[in-house]
Amino acid sequence: MTPADLAYYSLVATWSAMAVYTVAFVAFALDLAKRSGDAQLAADREQRAAAAVTTTAASARADATAGAAGRTGSGGTAVLERTAPVAAEHRRASAFQRVGTAMTVLGLLVHVAATVLRGLAAERVPWANMYEFSLTGTAIIVAVFVLVRAFVDLSFLGSYVTGLVLVLLGVATVNYYVDVVPLPPALQSVWLVIHVFVATLGTAFFALAAGLSALQLVQTRREQARLSGLRFLDTLPGAARLEDLAYRVALVGFVLWTFTLIAGAVWAERAWGRYWGWDTKEVWTFIIWVLYAGYIHARATRGWRGARSSWLSIIGFAAVMFNFGVVNVFFKGLHAYSGL
Amino acid sequence: MARSSERVADDGRGRDPLRPSDHVDAVPEARGGDGDRVTQPRLGPVGYLRFFWRQLTSMRTALFLLMLLAVAAIPGSLVPQRSSDPNGVVQYQAEHPQLYPVLDSLGVFDTYSSPWFSAVYLLLFVSLIGCIVPRTRHHFQAMRARPPRTPARLQRLAGHRTTTVAAGEGPDALTPAAAVESARRQLRRAGYRTEVYGDSVSAERGYLRETGNLLFHTALVGVLLAVGVGGGLGYNGQRVVVEGQTFSNVLSAYDSFNPGRWFDESQLVPYSLTLDRFTTTYEEENQQALGQPTDYTADVTTRTQDGGDEQGEVKVNSPLHLGGTNVYLLGNGYAVDVTVRDGEGNVAFRDVVPFLPQDANLTSQGVIKVPDALPEQLGMIGFFYPTAVDATADGGILTSNYPDTLNPVLSLNVFEGDLGLDAGIPRSVYALDTDDMTQVAGLNAGTEALRLTPGQTQELPDGLGSVTFEGVKRFASFDVHHDPSGLWVGGAAALAFTGLLVALFVPRRRVWVRATATDDGVRLEYAGLARGEDPTLDRAVGEVARVHLTGLGVPEGAARDVAAGTPDDPSRTDGDRSAGTSAADRTLST
Repeated sequence: MTPADLAYYSLVATWSAMAVYTVAFVAFALDLAKRSGDAQLAADREQRAAAAVTTTAASARADATAGAAGRTGSGGTAVLERTAPVAAEHRRASAFQRVGTAMTVLGLLVHVAATVLRGLAAERVPWANMYEFSLTGTAIIVAVFVLVRAFVDLSFLGSYVTGLVLVLLGVATVNYYVDVVPLPPALQSVWLVIHVFVATLGTAFFALAAGLSALQLVQTRREQARLSGLRFLDTLPGAARLEDLAYRVALVGFVLWTFTLIAGAVWAERAWGRYWGWDTKEVWTFIIWVLYAGYIHARATRGWRGARSSWLSIIGFAAVMFNFGVVNVFFKGLHAYSGL
Repeated sequence: MARSSERVADDGRGRDPLRPSDHVDAVPEARGGDGDRVTQPRLGPVGYLRFFWRQLTSMRTALFLLMLLAVAAIPGSLVPQRSSDPNGVVQYQAEHPQLYPVLDSLGVFDTYSSPWFSAVYLLLFVSLIGCIVPRTRHHFQAMRARPPRTPARLQRLAGHRTTTVAAGEGPDALTPAAAVESARRQLRRAGYRTEVYGDSVSAERGYLRETGNLLFHTALVGVLLAVGVGGGLGYNGQRVVVEGQTFSNVLSAYDSFNPGRWFDESQLVPYSLTLDRFTTTYEEENQQALGQPTDYTADVTTRTQDGGDEQGEVKVNSPLHLGGTNVYLLGNGYAVDVTVRDGEGNVAFRDVVPFLPQDANLTSQGVIKVPDALPEQLGMIGFFYPTAVDATADGGILTSNYPDTLNPVLSLNVFEGDLGLDAGIPRSVYALDTDDMTQVAGLNAGTEALRLTPGQTQELPDGLGSVTFEGVKRFASFDVHHDPSGLWVGGAAALAFTGLLVALFVPRRRVWVRATATDDGVRLEYAGLARGEDPTLDRAVGEVARVHLTGLGVPEGAARDVAAGTPDDPSRTDGDRSAGTSAADRTLST
């Protein structure tokens, strides 16, 4: 097979992966809808159970019932012990969710195949221009999602992740696609493998963290009863738990980003003779680093923990996207490797 | 020790007197009965200083300064910077004549050395140092202090578990003291610092977390210092060298030179560098990338004071280390070898002139100045086409369609008159001032521009002389850098990264185990306290309990039940917990 054939198959695989992700996206969206229904049913059942308890033990334990009917359910009676878990995290996965998960994994396999084929076609790492960076980056977002899911159930983020990846991959394939060309001398360095790959990995963690933070904001509003509707939120972890998850995911991203910054400086020293020169891309990488440093500090500041700090996580990810989508294409600088 | 006993009294909670007062782990300051009528004491000058210092070193201020730093960095990415793109600034000035003076007075074109940007990061670093110093002192004391006294009510702490183990009878009977001692030994082995207080053991681990935290922040200060000081000691200069030419590392040999603040000419290590050959490789197979460069190599011979000749190689991404400097290959192009004879037949000019590349196919432009020509000085604006395509017959122009020299053509517009070199005003070698000159060959003259292939000679009109295009050579543009700060900055950055990893991923926690004698046997209590982010605390306390109980002879299954027993739910009451562990109570060991 010639490199051109390989590149062609890679493109076909990319479109196929997008088709599979679309199925996953729809399945996850349906799952969220079903969660709303489940939450409604659970609430109804809880109400009926509470009513039943009230009638059987009305006079004796009025105050205990009031406590038991609460969502935290302190587990006073056997009936309530069984109903409480429906609203909690130990909910059984719906068929939609299982389809969504399976399709995400299948999509990821096809996606990885597309990335590998692109690398084979170019005979180098597949992240030397914007299209390739998007291709690899989105694959890593999904891979990190699948990986983290193995430890914590993040299925509720499925539609966010597949949706985000679909949009990014679609934009990249339609607007950024370039033919396979050899590396210019400036990119022929081992640091291309290290610096860019770690940046991609960091981006993936930031993407997940931003999703969790956004959800946290919505959940906070709901917990403060300022938001009715969106009943599926009952089936999700509480705002505090979401914040913990977002924070931990963002921490990993921050460490990777710090490494990206240092590795980039080392490479800049090799290639341009200075480790830091306030090139536009350097500036934005620095801004992102400072934003996430701010996020980490905000969580340790009284009055900032909670919704306020989570905004910083979202702003940070917006800056990451800006750095990639806008700075690469429209700003003048030394990192002129978009290939466009 | 006074300090540690003070902390013992605080119920084991993580009160760090020297943490910023608004840190989430810090204890909120006690407020008076009704906050509306707080009468502030009058502050003297020292009081105000103390007040401002506290404000500056508070978390909120640090956070604000961080955000301000992020925002302040943005303008520098929106407009060209003098430091990295001086030509861009000139162009900006031409394109925005109204806006330019305003932005320039604000220092936006030198954002990163502007007073306002410097103010933000200097304040940030002062705030940082104001945080590091007391915390380092405090941490140093904490590392030598004993773990705090066990809180009276362990059930209020994280991961609390309790179970009762039958004491048994005879000499092997379990006593609270024995249980505590076995817990102490177990925690000690697990890397905890331990202290027995009566019927309980208090243990703390993860001092490394704060060490990493302090290391990270101190290293950041180190990075700033290294950049600030080291940058002033270095220098960098640029020089274009044509194949066959030699460059000596003396100040006058540089085309441009940027000294650091404390640069001294004696710093220049004497050496010389000859460009023997410059090789470029172009893509020839891939149709999408025909002519795209895939490699640049400069073969050089270097001579240092105490060494002989040495062969070397400079490539993009692979600088040459020479005499304490790094030599980088940053650009390249063609230089044309030209001989000019004047009207009297004398050789008025013989040199190799670098032409600057204008496009990807290396159409290059340059200027040839012949001040010694008689009767009038000659000036030429030349274009060099490595692979010329002639479309002039169809009303088009001469272009190059490949960067290698497949069909090299030199085209020259010739001027005669005053070059303006004798007035003592510095002139660019890449520009020709034609104000006092008349064009004799080219678009605005009667004669067409001269067009030469290598080896060709053409007569100038009006008997002004002749031009010979002897041949074409490659030139390389070298950047010579000396930056003593590099290693320091790199070292500090590496320390910062190490500190970051340690600070974020080593959990710091306290664990307590208490054993009390009851009628049923020995009642054991386990609890922990997170100091900073610690997602696995509950699991860790459970694991301590499991290992401890197993060590006391409790069957593995029952010990595991206790370990798994407590969901991390603060709304639960004590009664629920004992109910949850009643299974363990029934399977008592002997």
